[in-house]
Amino acid sequence: MPKAHVYKRDHVNTDEIIPARYLNTDNEAELATHCMEDLDVDFVKKTQAGDIIVAGEDFGCGSSREHAVWAIRGAKVQTVIAKTFARIFYRNSIDCGFYLIELPDVFEKIKDGDELEIDYKKGLIKNLTSGNDISFNPLPNFALEIIADGGLLNHISKK
Amino acid sequence: MAMTITEKILARAAGKDKVRAGDLIDANIDIVMCHDVTTPPAISMLKEKGIDKVFDPEKIVVTPDHFQPAKDIKSAELHKRLDTWAKEKKIKHYYKLGRAGVCHALLPEQGHIRPGEVIVGGDSHTCTYGAFGAFSTGIGSTDLAAAIATGQLWFKVPESIKFVLNGKLGKGVYSKDVILAVIARISTDGAIYKAMEFVGETLADMSMEARMTITNMAIEAGGKNGIIGFDDVTKAYLDEHLTDKKDYTVFESDADAEYESVEEFDCSKIEPMVALPHLPSGGVAIGECQGMEMDQAYIGSCTNGRIEDLRIAANIIKGKEVAIRTLIIPATPVIWKQAKDEGLFDIFYDAGCVISAPTCGACLGGFMGILAAGEKCVSTTNRNFVGRMGSPKSEVYLASPATAAASAVEGKLTDCRKYI
Ligand code: SF4
Repeated sequence: MPKAHVYKRDHVNTDEIIPARYLNTDNEAELATHCMEDLDVDFVKKTQAGDIIVAGEDFGCGSSREHAVWAIRGAKVQTVIAKTFARIFYRNSIDCGFYLIELPDVFEKIKDGDELEIDYKKGLIKNLTSGNDISFNPLPNFALEIIADGGLLNHISKK
Repeated sequence: MAMTITEKILARAAGKDKVRAGDLIDANIDIVMCHDVTTPPAISMLKEKGIDKVFDPEKIVVTPDHFQPAKDIKSAELHKRLDTWAKEKKIKHYYKLGRAGVCHALLPEQGHIRPGEVIVGGDSHTCTYGAFGAFSTGIGSTDLAAAIATGQLWFKVPESIKFVLNGKLGKGVYSKDVILAVIARISTDGAIYKAMEFVGETLADMSMEARMTITNMAIEAGGKNGIIGFDDVTKAYLDEHLTDKKDYTVFESDADAEYESVEEFDCSKIEPMVALPHLPSGGVAIGECQGMEMDQAYIGSCTNGRIEDLRIAANIIKGKEVAIRTLIIPATPVIWKQAKDEGLFDIFYDAGCVISAPTCGACLGGFMGILAAGEKCVSTTNRNFVGRMGSPKSEVYLASPATAAASAVEGKLTDCRKYI
């Protein structure tokens, strides 16, 4: 079952998600091995495919490096749930077809290690550990269209 | 309908009479800025999708800067991909080593930035160009690929926050101190998704270089763009630097335009500031942190690596010896030559500083000036996140070139006013 990795932090930035010392490559698999390294050196070791990152406000602030999204996606993280997202990171994620969830009271509802099941269509997170259902606002329609097409480049090719 | 300058520029770019905050638009892009970290992946994506087109080889500006000159084999490969593509696509404004410089210092200097235009770049500090009354914002590689291929991008028209900067700056206080004070007040997400419009008499006295330091850091408050209206100072700079296409349209905010909020600053009360680790919003007056020992000083970057910054630093360092490792990185070859011709290199050399070729280098923890665990660096750059300049256990203190220079001389955070 997908597990939540909770970082009770605001402003988790792109330098922490993928430090610049690894930006000499854009290979997703290689970037993934350093995912979240400057925030939590053990992140990659303890993360399984489908797991979820949970954080506070302004997640992904800083650089425009899409490498941050690729590192997270490459580490097979299913989504990031945060109180708010920084603008460029949010936009990059949509462009890559990577779904993000905004949840203002996330720390009350999700604890570290909780097992979650997410229904993106319904906008519903089932917290299997606490037994609670948590609803969230789905992304706006234009973003859903881009994600459904598999990212911005497919989307504009279609147009 | 009354509009802000940001709304007017975006309306023009979308081919509409008016837009308002919240509208989704498809905007035509006037200039796309490309560098060595985010553009090679964009090129690969386009190849992979079989999209061979470049919307306009005259409107794309390419300058490798982050790892230039190539710091290792992998970055050399990035540069090679960029080089092959730029040549193949006949990119008109491709700055190679020797002409390349830190992107946000290079583009205005080389006359690529015009008021009223929409500029995007694969770099978060692309917001710098807003100092010229342009709409300018940073994007990631996928957006960059889309912009390169189509010359268009979708935008949500941002709400604007007006920052009114009043009062004359005191001795030893610079635009860097002003923007650090602004971010300290509103926090690193205080302007998230918003346009930060700067107005007021304090700006009137500032050079374009000084204004660019302010808009450069809009992203550090989460802003989508930073913007400053056009005036005589803007015009004089453009007259000197625009070579290619000298026409442009000037927009200004209507007096009754709508703002999400208005923040007023009495800049005469601002003191030299230092942003303590690990957020750019950690700004405090120098009095609260002076005496803290440093291991390195870094004077350079797109925030403060321009000629004016080097002159300010040289004035303080002149005739003294620096107490710590001090790196001087002119942001572009033109600035480098100017500094040399003005004799600034002699001053820096005599004081024991090292002077490098134009590069982003250590600003992003890339190379040349990386910090070891436990080390502290006073830096004229714009970010002090964990690990920004090296070890995750090192620390970066953001300050003006004057504060960095005075601190280099004493080896500890120092009030620059005693040297001015
Ligand atoms: S100088 Fe630093 S902040 Fe500016 S573009 Fe280069 S890496 Fe980014």
